Amino acid sequence: MTGKGKRETGKVLLEVRDLHASVEGREILRGVDLTVRAGEVHAIMGPNGSGKSTLAQVLAGHPAYVVTAGQVRYEGNDLLALAPEARAREGVFLAFQYPVAIRGITNAYFLRSAVNAIRKHRGEEELGPVEFMDALEEKLKVIGWDSSYLTRPVNEGFSGGEKKRNEILQLAVLDPKLAILDETDSGLDIDALKTVAQTVDKLRRPDNATVLVTHYYRILTHIQPDVVHVLAGGRIVKSGGKELALELEEKGYDWLREEAVVA
Amino acid sequence: MTDVADRTERYVAAFEAFARNGASGAPKWLRELREGAIARFAELGFPTMKQEEWRFTSVAPIADQRFILAHAPRSPLPAAADIERLCVGVGPRVVFVDGRHAPTLSTPGELAGGVWAGSLAAALRANARREELARAHLARHARWRESAFAALNTAFLADGGFVHVPAGVTLEHPLEVVFLSTGRAASDGPVVSHPRSLMVVDRGAHASVVETYVSASDGVYWTNAVTEVVVGEGAWAELYRVQQEGPQGFQVATTHSRQERDSYLGLHVVTLGAALARHDINAVLDGPGAELVLNGLYLLSGAQHADHHTVIDHAQPHCASHEFFNGVLADRAHGVFNGRIIVRPGAQRTDSKQTNNNLLLSTEARADSQPQLEIYADDVKCTHGSTVGPIDPMQLYYLRSRGLSPEAARSILTYGFGAEILDRMRHAEVRHRLDGLVRARLA
Repeated sequence: MTGKGKRETGKVLLEVRDLHASVEGREILRGVDLTVRAGEVHAIMGPNGSGKSTLAQVLAGHPAYVVTAGQVRYEGNDLLALAPEARAREGVFLAFQYPVAIRGITNAYFLRSAVNAIRKHRGEEELGPVEFMDALEEKLKVIGWDSSYLTRPVNEGFSGGEKKRNEILQLAVLDPKLAILDETDSGLDIDALKTVAQTVDKLRRPDNATVLVTHYYRILTHIQPDVVHVLAGGRIVKSGGKELALELEEKGYDWLREEAVVA
Repeated sequence: MTDVADRTERYVAAFEAFARNGASGAPKWLRELREGAIARFAELGFPTMKQEEWRFTSVAPIADQRFILAHAPRSPLPAAADIERLCVGVGPRVVFVDGRHAPTLSTPGELAGGVWAGSLAAALRANARREELARAHLARHARWRESAFAALNTAFLADGGFVHVPAGVTLEHPLEVVFLSTGRAASDGPVVSHPRSLMVVDRGAHASVVETYVSASDGVYWTNAVTEVVVGEGAWAELYRVQQEGPQGFQVATTHSRQERDSYLGLHVVTLGAALARHDINAVLDGPGAELVLNGLYLLSGAQHADHHTVIDHAQPHCASHEFFNGVLADRAHGVFNGRIIVRPGAQRTDSKQTNNNLLLSTEARADSQPQLEIYADDVKCTHGSTVGPIDPMQLYYLRSRGLSPEAARSILTYGFGAEILDRMRHAEVRHRLDGLVRARLA
């Protein structure tokens, strides 16, 4: 299902059909359908436990989630056949809900390793430390950071907000075609939230797309989504424009649950 | 199997020969010290795994072997270029070959500011002032009465590094004391050396010292080392200790430090070598306001076994100790970490943190981690934690989700275990050299 069609001309980037996925033998996704075109921003909303994060993780290739049925095509190819690193190299990026800390490895080294893995895949020359730092400077400004964050170990001792900003920095540096933000807005103060929203907005181009997975309406006051989906019980039960998000904000999710059961 | 008494007896016999020949010119206090130490060794005997302190480490491969006391290095001595290649190499150096000073490979002992970095034997022989200094400190800190190995080292105490930095002097470059083992056996068996070092950093002085134990040989030998470190009031000292013994080498060592009021000591231990290694670190914070930073890294593979036992003794109030030990264990390697922190009665306002993380790179690798806190004061802050486990699948996935191959991700995560420790080392040049060793080891 797509939105009201103002960008129907963009080519299809991601096509999810009847996706079923389980974790530890428990079925979480029960037939998700989703089409994302280049140039679009989609918001996926839903109550806790509805499968939002599972969908995000399945798209990125989390090893603990098992796809039991359905398919996902990315730029026309079978995304599920690719290893997580291959998906990343092809331009899929997931901003983690709970970013992982890595001891001993500086943020700068980590970012450069990631950039170079992707550049190498594209047949581009790898960047040395100095060139990389030059390229990074501008991206740092965007998220309002100084370079001191680069010499710290990846997410080690970072506050919740710092971890989320660090995900956005990676998003800015890696410049993916399909960015999936898994509750990047949760637990952020208003300044951090604005930074995240502005960065996502700045990175918006006709040839890329963003899927915002969120529990709250708040971030949608800063980012204009083309389509809003409601995920409940492992399915997308409703799609619409921004007004749907507003409706959710006012009425909560309970009415949808009932609707889903009735359906 | 050798009889227990036999194993001890042969060292007592070797001591008698040593006392008659090579050691007879020593001052009386030293002769008495040695005699007391061999008697203590005979009483203690080699430890067994039944003893709590040795429950994870069997010294049978050492005790069962008939080691011959290494004598003055036989020619040919290693080439200067070999030393250059094997040492950390960031400043003046004192080189010992099989436990004996090699003056031709060493820089002169007299350095600017009255600093002395040379051979303990030479200091005892030729300089009354230095002999007095050695006498004031040697075997005063190392608890040789409690340790058979330290007792044996003390019994055969003949030579080792002697570093003295006088009050208020700042040492410009790190000094390096290199213990090279040739791995060459004597006609009647493999050799043991007992290097004994003393580092005295007087009041208000500032110094970094590197202690390197290294061998390019795959021969069987044993190094039984003891180092005593004394850091005076308000002094700042760092001791980097790099152990790269040969693959069939054995090393047992103790490092004892004593710190006075308001002093800083950074003890940095990198353990890469030896078939069997045991390192005891006993650090005493013996004056208010003293700070100890103790960093350790062990990278083991094959069938290597390394056991680190650290005891941090907070004897005075307002002292801080920060201890971080990481281990990376591949193949069938076995790492042991035992970290004891003692906070004495009255040592209020102690701030102590201890962490030991172990990364297992194979299902056959093993790590034993035992923190022990003994706190006898009430107003203290002590934390400790330890982990043992394989590479975290979430970390691996996180890196892969950023485009890194599983191999690259594993290698980064493994290196991170080492880098976390290296990052805590203050001297940039030494750290850089050690980083090179760690990278080469993990490659």
